[in-house]
Amino acid sequence: MLGRKKSFSRFMKFAAFPFFAFAVVMVFPLFQGAFFTFTDWDGFGVTFDSFVGLDNYADASADPAFWSSLLFTGQYVVVSLILVNVVAFSLALLVTTKLRSSNIFRTFFFIPNLIGGVILGFIWQFVFNRSFTAFGERLGFESWTTSMLNDPDSAFWALVIVTVWQMSGYMMIIYITGLLSVEKDVLEAALIDGASEWRTLWNIKMPLMAQAFTISLFLTLRNSFMAYDVNVGLTGGGPFRSTELVSMHIFNEAFMFGYLGTGQAKAVIMFAIVAVIALVQVAISKRAEVQR
Amino acid sequence: MTRARIRRRVIFTVGVVLSAVYAFPFFLVLVNSFKPKVEILRNPVAFPVEFSWENFDQAIRKMNYFQALTNSLLVTVFAVTALILVSSMLAYFLARTPGRGWQVSFFVLVASMIVPFQALMIPFVGTYGWLVNLSEQASLVFFYIGFGVALSTFLYHGFISTIPRELDEAAAIDGATDFVTFWRIIFPMLAPVTATVAIINALWIWNDFLLPSLVLSQENYTLPLSTYLFYGQYSREFGQAMAGLLLAIVPIIVFYFFLQRQIVSGVSAGAVK
Repeated sequence: MLGRKKSFSRFMKFAAFPFFAFAVVMVFPLFQGAFFTFTDWDGFGVTFDSFVGLDNYADASADPAFWSSLLFTGQYVVVSLILVNVVAFSLALLVTTKLRSSNIFRTFFFIPNLIGGVILGFIWQFVFNRSFTAFGERLGFESWTTSMLNDPDSAFWALVIVTVWQMSGYMMIIYITGLLSVEKDVLEAALIDGASEWRTLWNIKMPLMAQAFTISLFLTLRNSFMAYDVNVGLTGGGPFRSTELVSMHIFNEAFMFGYLGTGQAKAVIMFAIVAVIALVQVAISKRAEVQR
Repeated sequence: MTRARIRRRVIFTVGVVLSAVYAFPFFLVLVNSFKPKVEILRNPVAFPVEFSWENFDQAIRKMNYFQALTNSLLVTVFAVTALILVSSMLAYFLARTPGRGWQVSFFVLVASMIVPFQALMIPFVGTYGWLVNLSEQASLVFFYIGFGVALSTFLYHGFISTIPRELDEAAAIDGATDFVTFWRIIFPMLAPVTATVAIINALWIWNDFLLPSLVLSQENYTLPLSTYLFYGQYSREFGQAMAGLLLAIVPIIVFYFFLQRQIVSGVSAGAVK
């Protein structure tokens, strides 16, 4: 057994610095931020004058812009969740077919994921504003001649298109790992029993790779709920603040309009939603693991 | 033709079409970065009539490209190296030290991964301004250690738990200190996890936008930030804007083609945590 002194020196050598960094960067601001939502903290240093109770939360929930941003985010999350995963799973099926070119296809689908969201947003800004409109003019499609980014409804779909393009390659990798993890002898048994390919996919492969679905679904859920970069690059929240996802809404509330208290209250609400999502994830994957 | 061959043809064609769709935005950036503005306005999807590097000259100068590239490299290399050193040691400590307290602290680390940055950023800016003023880049590296240590430690911890303790004990009997045991014997065995940790963190830090935008001032801007600033000012100069975006993309694509296999396996190992 280690002596007390020895284990202390071991702690100092191996663990003290990372714990310190973790405490300073994560733990302290988290509790400080939550605590300050109940005070009139002005955003500087660690001092405040008085407690204000739930005022910041009252202000946050009385703000219609916050609710419309949450609603917009909710719609964005649901639509992205479905489309990203349908596309990603189809891509995974495509590139796991034995073709010589499947590696090249995989690279094409994966590359958007390597690049930062702001830059991806800018690229698509050009695509929507310049090239689609040019197509529209050439081919005489009246509805294409104005950019999708000029109208709140179509800007929503623009945001979804870019999100699917960005995330599907990553989720594809998870589905590929899942598809390849299904054991060969199970598949051979299915083949011998005369199961069609669809049936094998639906009744054997998909249940056996259930874990890949939970992982991918929840990663998409979390990432799209917290999305910020693509939002900044593509729409910047416009037109008329109609496409502000909740991350951007909080950022603007705090750093553009200077309402740090309500901004932080909104951030705490957002954290609560993320925490619920994560707890549901843990519960579901536990259950899936028990079944296997 | 047999049915199987027709089927493969069809799948191949679908793959080609989809690849073209996925690559189309990059194609637009590429062709337009070589064209003057009038030509882009005339037809944004045509190949350039004559290639000109003029846009690139302008973009490199206006976005301070090489400065930003250096800044990005500095921050990424230092933060990733520090994360590897610090998290592997912490994971070793937590995996090898008995006691309920350490189990709880490991659990806290893992649980912290769900905290969104948005929940921290407002107190962060108010509280650590003084630290940032001392040195922006050093503070940024330190912040990345704090934000990244949980995931990296978690990845290392899983692997270290599979290494038999007898190995440590044998080394201790031979007179090695715990430091020597770790660096000489354990750390080299962690190479596959180190690759995963390095790649996941490098991609995150290289592309990160929100945290550095709150910490850095203009002369320390990383590539995403200088691209943001540049694009905001010159998005009407389409050719230059496209050249700037292309310049911002090129380093990570080069990185990908050198380490393609490791990146794909690292990304899937990190996701399936």
